[in-house]
Amino acid sequence: MTKTVPQTEEITPAPGAAQQDKERAKGGGLLGLVTANLRTSGIYIAFVAIVALFAVLTGGDSLSPDNLTNMVLQYSYILVLAIGMVIVIIAGHIDLSVGSVVALTGAVSAVLVIQQGMPYWVGIVAALAVGIAVGAWHGLWVAYVGIPAFIVTLAGMLLFRGLTLQVLDNVSLSPFPREYGRIATGFLNGLLGGYGYDAFTLLIGAVAVAGYAVSGWRARTARIRYDQPVESLDLFLLKVVAVGVVVMAFAWQLAHSRGLPIVLIVLAVLVLVYGLVTTRTVFGRQVYAIGGNLPAAMLSGVKVKKVNFWIFVNMGFLAAIAGIIYSSRMNGAQPAAGEMFELDAIAAAFIGGAAVTGGVGTVVGAMVGGLIMAVMTNGMQLMGIEQQVQMVVKGLVLLLAVAFDVYNKRRAGASR
Amino acid sequence: MGNILEMRSITKTFPGVKALEDVNLAVRTGEIHAICGENGAGKSTLMKVLSGVYPAGSYDGEIVYDGDPVSFGGIRDSEQVGIVIIHQELALVPYLSIAENIFLGNERRGRAGLIDWNRAHSEAETLLRSVGLRENPETPVGQLGVGKQQLVEIAKALSKNVRLLILDEPTAALNDTDSEHLLGLLRDLRERGITCIMISHKLGEIITIADRVTVIRDGRTVETLDMAAGEVTQDRIIRGMVGRDLDSYYPERASHPGEEVLRVEDWTVWHPSQDRKVVDGAAFDVRAGEVVGIAGLMGAGRTELAMSIFGRSWGRNISGRLFVHGKEVRARSVPEAIDHGIAYATEDRKHYGLNLIEDIRRNVSAAALGKLSRRGWVNGNEETKVAEASRRSMNIKAPTVSSVVGKLSGGNQQKVVLSKWLYTDPEVLILDEPTRGIDVGAKYEIYTIINRLVADGKAVVVISSELPELLGICDRIYTLSAGRITGQLPVREATQENLMELMTQDKEVAA
Repeated sequence: MTKTVPQTEEITPAPGAAQQDKERAKGGGLLGLVTANLRTSGIYIAFVAIVALFAVLTGGDSLSPDNLTNMVLQYSYILVLAIGMVIVIIAGHIDLSVGSVVALTGAVSAVLVIQQGMPYWVGIVAALAVGIAVGAWHGLWVAYVGIPAFIVTLAGMLLFRGLTLQVLDNVSLSPFPREYGRIATGFLNGLLGGYGYDAFTLLIGAVAVAGYAVSGWRARTARIRYDQPVESLDLFLLKVVAVGVVVMAFAWQLAHSRGLPIVLIVLAVLVLVYGLVTTRTVFGRQVYAIGGNLPAAMLSGVKVKKVNFWIFVNMGFLAAIAGIIYSSRMNGAQPAAGEMFELDAIAAAFIGGAAVTGGVGTVVGAMVGGLIMAVMTNGMQLMGIEQQVQMVVKGLVLLLAVAFDVYNKRRAGASR
Repeated sequence: MGNILEMRSITKTFPGVKALEDVNLAVRTGEIHAICGENGAGKSTLMKVLSGVYPAGSYDGEIVYDGDPVSFGGIRDSEQVGIVIIHQELALVPYLSIAENIFLGNERRGRAGLIDWNRAHSEAETLLRSVGLRENPETPVGQLGVGKQQLVEIAKALSKNVRLLILDEPTAALNDTDSEHLLGLLRDLRERGITCIMISHKLGEIITIADRVTVIRDGRTVETLDMAAGEVTQDRIIRGMVGRDLDSYYPERASHPGEEVLRVEDWTVWHPSQDRKVVDGAAFDVRAGEVVGIAGLMGAGRTELAMSIFGRSWGRNISGRLFVHGKEVRARSVPEAIDHGIAYATEDRKHYGLNLIEDIRRNVSAAALGKLSRRGWVNGNEETKVAEASRRSMNIKAPTVSSVVGKLSGGNQQKVVLSKWLYTDPEVLILDEPTRGIDVGAKYEIYTIINRLVADGKAVVVISSELPELLGICDRIYTLSAGRITGQLPVREATQENLMELMTQDKEVAA
């Protein structure tokens, strides 16, 4: 039937886009892939460059077993926050309150466990409950009352900081019992033995690499079955080998230090779960749809209020996890805990390619964005650079990352 | 009479595409010169070259203005010599007053560089009078209708001592009365010696007002027709635009209406913020295999009627009864409406229909993700297959389903919208202005798709401002005036004249 349609519309839409798509479809070499996807791959290149730069500047210290272990412990809670934050940002919102929520959840936990002497798991459950309640509070105002998230969470930032001071009676509480401290400072080590290195850590690393390769292969064969373009086999293998080398080198270094940090396992599970939630579930799709075009999402039958509500509940939940990890690492709760965390989490999301206007961003991107900040901060600390210089550098990196993003969009838009 | 403007062999290349190739345009002083062409033919690009949006050096060729070669580095340069462009999307600030908008970037300064408001307001009043707009210059522009905003734009152009006025689709968003007024004003300006270039899709309008027409196709000038030299008909212009005769604008279709699919009774909708009824006791029905048209002037409540039926997505205090296949249903939200087999393709696909930053695949699946998922997990491969099937059957011109929708042409975007709604497997499709802003060839394709749908037994409701379109594709046409259904005509009895009569009926009574 369509064959009878007259072919008058000869103008193919935006040949620039067509070309780009063709390149992607062809698979091309690594270079072709990189130039075609500069926007998405730029972040990884930048990450590798920054890691290499600080490895050189610190004479290899930044990649030492102990330092890598330290970095994991030191930045895990920011990365946890960034997972929730990037989802909030994709939907076109922002959350300024997460620092205060980290403090409040840690404080509630500390009061119950340290002051009241309850078992450590009561503290964890209570912190999660408080985080979810805070998220529901924000979700209620944003989704059902219709107040912009900027205002709601700015209010929340004050509100929950105030409650933290109230709960703690304005004093620090410490120390937690040992079990609680293990969450952030514990390691799995020596489970399978090993001479000077931890075999278990290496095994987990190998399992992760194998999982990556198998799932990648299955996705690839499925795409072939559905007659979709795939990257060339060489490129696929190259990617698997590259990921394998990086992961195993990382695991090797960890195994030489104190073993597998428990927070790393928590973080890996969260990244995996939320990576899948954002890309493969109906909920994830609806988040992108709301951020991309709100009225269109509404008229496509997306229950916008419900989705927005759960986005904030989820943010509260993840803020509580970050609060537990942070209080565990600090071995106590302080009134000023978590200040500026929201800015680090937001910066991670934007460096990782999320768009201020919503609809764009990935969990993995936010993780890499967070790691870029982490590697830079850690590297500068190792080099003994003063605090003030560190802040200036981090500020400039955030600005340049977003400028690069805007530049790329404009370049893509110019072909229209 | 000499030429005020000559553009000679203009060639403009974007990465990977020649938008303009060896285009020539000569405009005589004091004429209204129309430019016609399909969407994407290069009309807007040509005007952007002329006004300096694309600065000199970014294109090849020569622009001669007033006998001298010129090269503009930006809009300011071209405005300096009296060339002003008014874009299709108006560039007014809604919260600023009329006077502030008119003198924006060109403020009337008094002593010490401060703005002289008295002078600005009195000058604004003079300008408003000259464009026939009786409004207080202190009124915020956002409170004016589109027609009046268009006049403010022209007043703004006049304030810059315009000599060559360029209008891009000036009447696209206007109703007939406002269009008439605008065209009258253009004649007026011609009397005053202002030359005018007008880009328009409305060929009827061009024939009544233009002195000459230049037709552009695929980035090249095809011809310039002189209205005075002989009779220029719409068909003649269309032949130039598409490069051949369109034997028929509308594909043939045999009509076999079946069972009733949708019936609406006593449907009343109130305005969400004002205390008035926008739809008042409307009733209509559609059968399987039938295309039903809804004709009405702007503001008659067409879109409001459709959106309130589609899960109450517009208005408040909605009352009335809705029947699908003879059974009364409640559709209080969009998901419920979709479940009952109702689909609504909006008139504004960019703002309400599509996620422009996503690809074809995710737009096609957006309204029926449930069909592609199990326990909340989306089957991405199946989704690709569905989108690929739509791309082929709808003839969406894009290399793959991963192409970003924002980069497609209007006609192809509309096909994505239709694909999305077809995938929800609807009983009845309500298409609001399905061919707005898309070119002649793509329109024909959309009509063919509509025919295919009704041949498959779907029921289709088409809302359109273009009466010839409704007469060309519908089986029956309802007329809507001030929120009331004022008539119903089988298409063989309907003419533009009797429809228009019904569309304007009762207006005073209802108001």
